[in-house]
Amino acid sequence: MADVITYRQAVAEGIAREMRRDPAVVCLGEDIGAAGGVFKTTAGLYEEFGSGRVWDTPISEQAIVGAAMGAAMTGMRPVAEIMFSDFLACCWDYLANEIPKVRYMTGGQVTVPLVVRTANGGGLGFGAQHSQATENWALTVPGLKIAAPATPADVIGMMAAAIRSDDPVVFFEHKGLLAAKGAPAPPDHVVELGRAAVVREGADVTLVALASMVPVALTAAERLAEEGIEAEVIDLRCLVPLDTRTVLDSLARTSRLVTVEENPYQGGWGGTLVSVVADEGFGLLDAPVRRVAAECVPLPFADALEEQVIPTVDKVVTKVRDLTAY
Amino acid sequence: MTHAPHLEASQLLALYEQMAVIRRTEKAAHDLFMSGLVKGTTHLAAGHEAIAVGASAALRDDDYVFATYRGHHHALARGATPEECLAELMSRATGLCGAKGGSMHLTKASRNMLGSYAIVGAHLPMAVGAAWSARLRGTEQIAVAFFGDGATNIGAFHEALNLAAVWKLPVLFVCENNLYMEYTPIADVTAVANPAADRAPAYGIPGEIVDGNDVVAVQEAVTRLAGRARAGDGPSLLEAQTYRHFGHSRADPATYRPAEEVERWLKHDPLDVARGRLAELGVPAETVTEADERATGLVQKAVEAAKNAPAPDPREALTDVWADGGAAWRT
Repeated sequence: MADVITYRQAVAEGIAREMRRDPAVVCLGEDIGAAGGVFKTTAGLYEEFGSGRVWDTPISEQAIVGAAMGAAMTGMRPVAEIMFSDFLACCWDYLANEIPKVRYMTGGQVTVPLVVRTANGGGLGFGAQHSQATENWALTVPGLKIAAPATPADVIGMMAAAIRSDDPVVFFEHKGLLAAKGAPAPPDHVVELGRAAVVREGADVTLVALASMVPVALTAAERLAEEGIEAEVIDLRCLVPLDTRTVLDSLARTSRLVTVEENPYQGGWGGTLVSVVADEGFGLLDAPVRRVAAECVPLPFADALEEQVIPTVDKVVTKVRDLTAY
Repeated sequence: MTHAPHLEASQLLALYEQMAVIRRTEKAAHDLFMSGLVKGTTHLAAGHEAIAVGASAALRDDDYVFATYRGHHHALARGATPEECLAELMSRATGLCGAKGGSMHLTKASRNMLGSYAIVGAHLPMAVGAAWSARLRGTEQIAVAFFGDGATNIGAFHEALNLAAVWKLPVLFVCENNLYMEYTPIADVTAVANPAADRAPAYGIPGEIVDGNDVVAVQEAVTRLAGRARAGDGPSLLEAQTYRHFGHSRADPATYRPAEEVERWLKHDPLDVARGRLAELGVPAETVTEADERATGLVQKAVEAAKNAPAPDPREALTDVWADGGAAWRT
């Protein structure tokens, strides 16, 4: 086993492990076959498993996700790729109306064990229609589980959990992390959905982050440590199920909370998290909660403009510094 | 062709009786709605019976069926009982979906009737997926999507046809063309004369038109096209021409329809057409009347049973979101 693995390799490795384990796992999506995916996140799958298990589709997002749903309802465990998360809007009916509701409105008759994978977020200069962090869209829909790993090992472990889940999972792979390297995952590595990870311990403030914002929060924490502020960093890993217990336990230690979100402030997951804290953990707080989130504008193209919109290490450091002085 | 040589009189009589049960169930649904016992809305399929019954007669029991919000007839033709369906419409615990679905979502998964979908056209790709699954599992099952003429102008219709064609999947698309897209004549909003069949050549698949009010013609067409799908020759599209007896939904009196058009189609009622075929096969009129009486009795009993069934336990509102049976969004 290699000493390190990239996030993009982890995606393909995570899928491959499940395809080896379970013949019901099949993949479909645009350019995922011999091409290996536009982000090379399915590289090697076609060569190992062949055209009978890795299916190239037309540019037909409704057909991709609709067909995945039909297959999931009838005994398969499809893994569908929607190339960029912005394109989820093209098949939003399936994500908002069909997949998450069919179990409920049939009184539990139908199970939909599928995974919709998608490349999420900014940082690569793709402009407003290929750069959004859209995990908050899915968050508004009852019936979808939402995974957003930040490390290669978590990609593999959470992919295993997502594919084995009898519930539909939207799996956000962050474009800005694809080249990131990390420890490989041991054999049979499974990270249960809905378990946040404390990735840095600290006594002064809790930073809660997701996906690409985890390394931003960790870097900010290192900078803050130089000033004598010890931040605890939580990688939320999943939005549904939401691990509020880990957050409240951390708050009991630190008494201060900052959420770090790439999605826009309006409607972002941090709003849900801080409302739980306000409801159930108000007594744990010694200061107001703070949210660092994207501005409510489309993602601009130029780096200098994008930095104005999405959270940066500087923005997090400034917010935390202000809060600890409260 | 005056009759189907492979349909025996007894078989046709059974299909007739199924249609009679559906017709009476739809009438009961209408009456219950008007008397305030069915809330929300209903989209009745009275007039479309021959399509559901004829197609079902041509399918295997384990084939997959997907329907629209106008899908009572498909649920009934695929094995749901009038009592289950009416209880669902009347918000009873004994309803087909535990009263969580309602008229627009009748589903009988144990019979592979995998649902009625109320977003127009959404279920066509699902049927493609079920057909793909059948092929992956090597089962020789096929999937059938029933949909209305209005769905032919939805993007998912075209995406589904193309994907089914390029992957050569065992799926049959059956359009119930009842001439109206809700309240608007389909011809007023569609660029081709036959909204489904005329589009089939664009995807390189067969597109046939059938008299959707003739159960025998439907049974024959679906037998042929299903056999083609099962043999590995890919998808096809069947446009069944039919007519709604009621309006689009609820109490829509459908006054926008020309009287002579309504009269012409009511004279071509699928039950009458089937009666004519039964007479041709030598089935005595009294035998057909007995079938009618059985259907009437069955539906009357179903109405009474559904009326007397309990309301759902309110706690059921918080079950069935997830596969573990619950609805928790936090760990």
